[in-house]
Amino acid sequence: MRYGDKVAVDGLSLTVERETITAVLGPNGAGKTTTLETCEGYRRPQQGMVRVLGLDPVRDRRELLPRIGVMLQDGGAWSGVRAMEMLRHMARLHAHPLDVDQLGERLGLEECGSTPYRRLSGGQQQRLGLAMALVGRPEIAFVDEPTAGMDPKARRGTWELLEELRASGVTVVLTTHYMEEAERLADRIHIIDRGRLIATGTALELTRGTAGRQPAATIRLVVSRPFPPGAPESLRRALGEQTEVTLLDEVSLLVTGPADASTLANISGWCQEHGVLPESLTLGQRTLEDVFLQLTGRELSA
Amino acid sequence: MNTSFAPRPGAAPLPRMIAAQALMETRLMMRNGEQLLLAVVIPVIVLVVGVRGTKALDITFQHSSVDVFTPGVLALAVMSTAFTSLAITTGFERRYGVIKRLGSSPLPRSGLLAGKVCSLLLVELGQLVVIGSVGMALGWDPDPSLVGTFLAVVLGTAAFASLGLFVAGVLRAEATLAAANLIYLLLMAGGAVIIPSVAYGALGNLVRWLPSGALGDAMRDALIRDTIAWSNLLVLLVWAAIGTFLTARTFRWE
Repeated sequence: MRYGDKVAVDGLSLTVERETITAVLGPNGAGKTTTLETCEGYRRPQQGMVRVLGLDPVRDRRELLPRIGVMLQDGGAWSGVRAMEMLRHMARLHAHPLDVDQLGERLGLEECGSTPYRRLSGGQQQRLGLAMALVGRPEIAFVDEPTAGMDPKARRGTWELLEELRASGVTVVLTTHYMEEAERLADRIHIIDRGRLIATGTALELTRGTAGRQPAATIRLVVSRPFPPGAPESLRRALGEQTEVTLLDEVSLLVTGPADASTLANISGWCQEHGVLPESLTLGQRTLEDVFLQLTGRELSA
Repeated sequence: MNTSFAPRPGAAPLPRMIAAQALMETRLMMRNGEQLLLAVVIPVIVLVVGVRGTKALDITFQHSSVDVFTPGVLALAVMSTAFTSLAITTGFERRYGVIKRLGSSPLPRSGLLAGKVCSLLLVELGQLVVIGSVGMALGWDPDPSLVGTFLAVVLGTAAFASLGLFVAGVLRAEATLAAANLIYLLLMAGGAVIIPSVAYGALGNLVRWLPSGALGDAMRDALIRDTIAWSNLLVLLVWAAIGTFLTARTFRWE
């Protein structure tokens, strides 16, 4: 499966493996939806080639559509329709749909009762949208911002559902601007910005920085009394030349660099030697947020 | 509870998809108060007031007033469903992304269109039953040409539906709502749909070329005099061709 298209998306090239979850991550306006809609056959690329399940989404549309499930970012139901009624309608358009009642129960749609679509909450509309994408038992589910507007509980439920889809053999392609969503779910993450692919990899590869030249670990040290003069330099000597030590304020500093089993011990040894008492010592990986910031110079969520 | 999501894709057979779409649209329309008002309540009021009013005012036609009014009100009902209702629902379907959503379902666009047409015909059948019954209660005694009535309803539906889709395709949903209602009111008042075009005097020569006048006159010829009004049907056919051309040129699905 390949994409490669233009307009809001320029020279984007990526491949999705079957039976995986792929996240297309990027800020608003990065071209995530355009990328998805090109795969769904809504848009014809002016240049480049898109193949979904080996088919051209525009030319082979009739053949492709039954095999994919689509969740739009918003809307997609009559204003006066009831949630379960809409789901049942979508099921009737397919040859072997899922059991509508079970799916509705799974996604908590029975609580919508006879409320018309326009009066459902944002989260309920999202869950209905997801159910509509899945009811036809597709091979690939394209879900655009699946958890936008959901409360944390519904979001976790949706994540579990998407993982279950993958386990059942469904390929999931999702867009998101939530880090933790991509990090938790995706086998592969494609970070796009301004219509261009800027990084690709697993969450681990991206945060470890095997793609870039960036250091691996971030250690934050907070002490009870101000550091002695020259502390960053002496700590850096203790940890090795590839390490960077940045003084954040007079009681905290940030260590970035390659980390191994001895790193934390070395820092605590240095504290003992210099008579400073650590108040907290935290070791953390870079987040995808850091990766994005580093690659673009901008915040992802901005 | 365990749902297996194991893929098993496939489109339902086309006739089943079209039937599902037609029934869904019909059900939604029956639930919508404004649509029901337009489809049934207004035509029935027009019929009753028309018949009673002409009696009270002592206005006479060549035939009894209920025989003149009932075919006209049936024409009005076709116009309200095929033009106004269709335009408004389609306008809001575009707005709410329904058409876009169905665009990535197995239902092809031709199937969506067929579903809409079946839904229109289903609603019109219901209108025919209700309005016909009210007419009978008022003493309607038709001398019908079934072929003439059938052709008038089908060609009238085609003409008004294609024009309704044209309006829904080029205007925003709110503008469609306003325009479709306004045109409906104007045609009801002065479009020779309820009252024969000959009753309009000199203006009648103009309004009989409107789809409303052509449909009204064709229905009256078919139901009062058992004749097929070929010239009026031709006018409807031309309007259907114009509407289809305009819609095909301008309609945007999203």
